[in-house]
Amino acid sequence: MGVDFDRRSCHDSGVPTTYPRSDWHDQPALLYPAYHATERRAPRLPLIQLPHTLSELTGPLYGHNALGDADNDLTRQHVNEPIGERIIVTGQVSDEDGRPVPHTLIELWQANAAGRYRHARDSHPAPIDPNFTGAGRAMTDERGQYRFITIKPGAYPWRNHPNAWRPAHIHFSLFGSCFVTRLITQMYFPGDPLLDSDPIYQSIPGARARQRLIAHLDPVVTQADWALGYRFDFVLRGREATPFESPR
Amino acid sequence: MSELATEPCLASQTVGPFFHLGLAPDDRWRHVAGPHTSGERIRLRLTIVDGDGRPIPDGLIEIWQADAQGRYPHPADPLAAEADPTFSGFGRSATNNEGVCEFETIMPGRVRDGRGGAQASHINISLFARGLLARLISRVYFADDPALADDAILALVPESRRSTLIARRDQAMTGQWVHEIRLQGPLETVFFEV
Repeated sequence: MGVDFDRRSCHDSGVPTTYPRSDWHDQPALLYPAYHATERRAPRLPLIQLPHTLSELTGPLYGHNALGDADNDLTRQHVNEPIGERIIVTGQVSDEDGRPVPHTLIELWQANAAGRYRHARDSHPAPIDPNFTGAGRAMTDERGQYRFITIKPGAYPWRNHPNAWRPAHIHFSLFGSCFVTRLITQMYFPGDPLLDSDPIYQSIPGARARQRLIAHLDPVVTQADWALGYRFDFVLRGREATPFESPR
Repeated sequence: MSELATEPCLASQTVGPFFHLGLAPDDRWRHVAGPHTSGERIRLRLTIVDGDGRPIPDGLIEIWQADAQGRYPHPADPLAAEADPTFSGFGRSATNNEGVCEFETIMPGRVRDGRGGAQASHINISLFARGLLARLISRVYFADDPALADDAILALVPESRRSTLIARRDQAMTGQWVHEIRLQGPLETVFFEV
């Protein structure tokens, strides 16, 4: 289920000249000591502002026919269905100016219902599900909409601090229209009591920015007698000044 | 102000240690140049080390580069239609236990700087890892390139730190360029904000 990047896709009517810088109150600081791994990995010197040249205003594109049938349905990638609570995750990808981002690649990966990744380095003693890989891909349509079917991932312990548990989450990776718009983040679930004590989630300074990483249970997306539906919208860097940018 | 509903970009979160599952299940994307791609073949060998000088065995590097003539296959590049059709410009590779990843690619050409000149040959880098709450952005330039002296981006970097962005030839292997990305320490690599 690979994706071959190529140059055939023309996804964008306008050619941007610049992407305004984000309000960094909405982004985590690189050094966040409560998340211990940042201490030896976060750069200590200030970042240097890079003007947007052609290198930043371009980025990888990919073919429309690159995805397989079951790439966006993680419950149909094996002979039998995985164990767990089947869910639908859908939403829109747009930019900071409210424009939909069509034909962009979304990749996801996640633990299974027991909180175990199908990964050699995951030593959590919870069962592997032979019917669940935990990886998926989708392209947004003309309106920037995407849709996945998967199972709700379980919480799992990690070694950051004593009795540390990650809240249930799904990792998402998006490209958007160019090098500047690349985003990797995590989607969380409403009402999860582990969010309050999770340093990765809490590394985001703004309460509103944290809230926006929590999906909404949506009765319209939910399919009766089959699967709960969650809505999760992505916003990527935009091409014009945004009213949310803080004054400098 | 736009009439469209606007929200700022979503917050970044770390890729964690298990990203291979979704982003790098195999190593196909470390092969950036195809058999018919024009240009000088190079292998770029990157090593990532943390603040203790230890290699990072769970990092992910993405590269984005122009073709041999400095063109990007993207609508923002006015020369996109002429870009090498066999070359995507995009590569992705996870580091191994020694903190190393390698890309089979070509020497990028000089990209126009939008002011009538050209940038020195460079490869754009995105670095992701457990312990990095957001992507780190850097560039790789090439030693002994006369264009380095006039490069407008390098000129923004304090002179004492420019060497952290410059790969060097591997004397032991023809066509191989080696480069260390140091996340901390006296030789901390220059990282950019876009």
